[in-house]
Amino acid sequence: MINKLLAVAFVALAVAASGCGSSSSSSSSAPPVSSAVALTCTPASLKTLTSGTLTIGTDNPAYYPYFQGGPGGQWTGSYNNNPYTGKGFENAVAYAVAAKLGYTREHVKWAVTHFDQSFAPGPKNFDVYLAQVSIRPKRAENVDFSLPYYHANQAVVALKGTPITNVTSLAGLKQYKLGTQVGTTSYDFITQTIQPSQQPTAYTSTNDAIHALEAGQIDGIVVDLPTAFYMTGSGQVAHGTVVGQFPTSPGGDQWGLVMQKGSSLKPCVDKAVAALTADGTLAKLQQTWLSAKISTPVLQ
Amino acid sequence: MLRGSNRPRRGSLLLPASAGNVWVALASTVVVFAGLTLIVVNSSGWPKVKHAFFDPAEFRAYFATVGHAFVLNIKIFLVAEVLILILALVLAVLRQLPGPVFFPIRLLAIGYTDLFRGIPTILLVYLFGFGIPTLQLAHVTNDPVYLGAAALVVVYTAYVSEVYRAGIESVHPSQEAAARSLGLTRGQTMRTVILPQAVRRVIPPLLNDFIGLQKDTALISVLGPVEALQRATLGASSEFNYTPYVVAAFFFVLITVPQARLTDLLIERDRKRQMAGGRV
Repeated sequence: MINKLLAVAFVALAVAASGCGSSSSSSSSAPPVSSAVALTCTPASLKTLTSGTLTIGTDNPAYYPYFQGGPGGQWTGSYNNNPYTGKGFENAVAYAVAAKLGYTREHVKWAVTHFDQSFAPGPKNFDVYLAQVSIRPKRAENVDFSLPYYHANQAVVALKGTPITNVTSLAGLKQYKLGTQVGTTSYDFITQTIQPSQQPTAYTSTNDAIHALEAGQIDGIVVDLPTAFYMTGSGQVAHGTVVGQFPTSPGGDQWGLVMQKGSSLKPCVDKAVAALTADGTLAKLQQTWLSAKISTPVLQ
Repeated sequence: MLRGSNRPRRGSLLLPASAGNVWVALASTVVVFAGLTLIVVNSSGWPKVKHAFFDPAEFRAYFATVGHAFVLNIKIFLVAEVLILILALVLAVLRQLPGPVFFPIRLLAIGYTDLFRGIPTILLVYLFGFGIPTLQLAHVTNDPVYLGAAALVVVYTAYVSEVYRAGIESVHPSQEAAARSLGLTRGQTMRTVILPQAVRRVIPPLLNDFIGLQKDTALISVLGPVEALQRATLGASSEFNYTPYVVAAFFFVLITVPQARLTDLLIERDRKRQMAGGRV
């Protein structure tokens, strides 16, 4: 309940903040003038890569449960998911944001950008990008983030019947060999919060981490909870189980849409995300596409 | 033919011989480097590139972390290089075995080099790193560092054996004929006449392959071990900044340069020895 109240207050603040940001046209570097300047967010006023079209970037493969469209277009192969379907949590969020900005589905185009390239300097091939990118101050120096559309807890996945599955506390995890995927905040989480006695490993993709788990090279994989549910529920990890989730860290892992640094779209995208949070759309999409958080034990 | 007579006379390794030439070299170097620097620094995107790739604060922040991870790269390539030097030599010699009896051995040696030079290294690293533990063989490690290093040894043995072979074949047949006519056996000829000359000649290309190997130790990171490049990747993705990669590059270059100079020195020494004081 308190969380909900806080969220509403936060959103109200955010709307106020974005409302008094830059006006839609030329003087984007000017300081906020007054809140009376109306923010117009329509496909006609938004300066996108292709006028009248919103180009949204994501990674390839685009992973379940954030993208669940199945193979199609450039997204072929067993783990790849065609984002034009609108299926999956982030896929649905992307179309909801686009709709708030006034783009119909035909006016949304998808572009493939690797996670690493999403924060490269220089011009982008997308207007907004989403692929479970955590908002961090350091990252925000190179790109603009929208307001968060999701808050992800970290969790541990292991093979059923292995000793690590009996762990009930954060301290109990210290003695195990843990792995994670490069490009997530999980590695910092392992080294700084769990502080295991063995050097953790980092893999280029989730698939590699799973192979290492199944080969017995690591005891557990640290990923965000929705991914953990997917890995164990979909059979991606045969005989896998979610050992537990970690408490939500203050200012922790929030996901935002990535935009080019200084993007003129940011105020409008922020406004759209804030509106989707306020009217409960994001919560509803979470319920639809992501497994419930509640049943997994919290490792303190 | 190898020691061309039309080669310009050289003083030391890379500096011109006389004092006047030194000034010319200095002036042209300054002009070229200053020009390049100006072009890069004055380009419109330079501040962004500088921030994303050459951020001093990031460099300092990741220097120790990446440096610490680089120790793993050093360990891997030191052990791998010793194994490769030995195995590749064996392979090259096997390929040179004469006579119809050794045909299957020659065939195997040729097949080995063809196969393992052709396979993408990363596939072999995956195959060793994730494939071998899944076989669940007794007494075989499942440590990704060892398995990944083994894959690199297999691949680079193929490359280096070809380098050795080129060296062996560059020794003039008259050398072998002379050695045999003095009563040396085929094995003795190979060991005491051919190989010493062959190995000396292939030191520069050998070093070339080893520098490649040193950088390829980063491929082991796909199996999980956090070596220098993987540590840099982790840093780059959490900071949204590429400077950690530059830190990793710094360490790789740091170990490459002394090796390159050492090779230059060896070549120079060898040249002087062969010239026996004469000049061309």
